[in-house]
Amino acid sequence: MTEVERLSLVIEIGSMPVRLHTTDRDFLSLLQNRYAGFVSQSARAEIEFDVELQQPKGVDPDADVDVSYRFGRWSLRRGDFLAEWEPASRGGWIRQTVNPYSIDAVLRIVHTLVLAQQGGFLLHSASAIRNGKAFLFAGVSEAGKTTISRLAPPDVTLLTDEISYVRRRGDEYLAFGTPFTGELAKLGENVSAPISTLYLLAKGNENRVDSIRPAEATRSLLSNLLFFAKHEELVQAIFHSAFEFVSRVPVMRLTFVPDTRVWGLIG
Amino acid sequence: MARNPRAAARSLDGEMMIMSGRDSTLFTLNKTATTLWQSADGATPLDEIVEKKICAEFEVEPTEALADAETLVRELAGHEILQISETPITPDKPVGEKR
Repeated sequence: MTEVERLSLVIEIGSMPVRLHTTDRDFLSLLQNRYAGFVSQSARAEIEFDVELQQPKGVDPDADVDVSYRFGRWSLRRGDFLAEWEPASRGGWIRQTVNPYSIDAVLRIVHTLVLAQQGGFLLHSASAIRNGKAFLFAGVSEAGKTTISRLAPPDVTLLTDEISYVRRRGDEYLAFGTPFTGELAKLGENVSAPISTLYLLAKGNENRVDSIRPAEATRSLLSNLLFFAKHEELVQAIFHSAFEFVSRVPVMRLTFVPDTRVWGLIG
Repeated sequence: MARNPRAAARSLDGEMMIMSGRDSTLFTLNKTATTLWQSADGATPLDEIVEKKICAEFEVEPTEALADAETLVRELAGHEILQISETPITPDKPVGEKR
C-alpha cells in the first residue's frame, strides 16, 4: 500500500494564519508562488482546510457565490468550488480543480466572515502606507483604484490595488497588505499601519480633497464592502461596523487627474 | 405593522439608514418614511400613523400620503425590514399568530 504524502502551507493575511493541506506537490508549488510574501512559517493556524482536487467538468467560475450557515457549519459554493468550514473545530475542506482562483475566493469569503465578527471588513479599495500611516482609496470598478496605485511615488508602500483588509484594534483601524490584486496584478506588501484617511475616488479635471457628510461617507463605505453571506447577525455586524469606522476615521472625497501630482495631497 | 428587529437601522445626520438582514439591501429613508418607520410599533394601524403622524407633521394630502405609505410598506416588507399583519404584532408573538 502506498502512503499518500500530506503537504501543507500556511497563508497569513491580516495576521490570520490559514493552513491548507494538499496531496499534490504541483498544487502546493502553485500556491507558494501565488501567495509569495504571505506564506508563513507559523506553526499556529486559526483555520485548516483540506484541499481536494478534482478533474474539471462543467465548472462555471462566473456563477454566483452562495454562502450559508447551517448547524454550525459554513457552506461556500460557486461554480468552480465547494467548501465547508466549521468554526468550532477550526477545520474544513475545499473541493476544486487545480487553479489559484477558487482558493482565492474561499480565502476572501472566510476572511470576511471572521472579520465581520471582530468589527473589521474587506473593502473594494486600494490602500497604501506613507509616513507610517495607511490611506484607503475606495471606489467601484474604473473609479481609479489601480490608477492611483500605479501613480504611487517610491516612498509609498502598496498594500493592494483592489481589496483592502481592515481590522479594528481598540479605537483605531489597521490596514493590512493583501495578495488580492486588481489590474495591477502586483501583490501588496505584507505589512500594516493605522488608517489615517479613507478617500472616495472620483476622476475629474483637478486634484482636490473635499469633506463629505458622515451619512454619505457611511453609504459609500457600505456600498464598497465585500460581504457574501446571507446571515442576519453578520449583516447587522457589518452594518454597524461601517458606522463605527466613519465615526473614527476621516472619510474624504478625492477628485484627481491621472498623474503623480495627486500624491502631493496624500500623507 | 412593526419594525423587524432583524433589520439593522441607524440614524446619522438626521438620515435613517436601514439594511435588510435577509439580502443586505440598504435603504435611506426620507423624513416622512422615517416617521413611518419610527411609528411602526406593531399596534398602531397604518392609516392611523398616516393621519396622526405624517399628515400632522408634513403638508401632504391624506389620500396621497396613505397610498405612498402603502407602497413603501410593501417594499420594506418585501425585504423583511417591516412586518405586516392584520392583527397587532408584539415582540413575543410571531406574525400571523392569533392573540
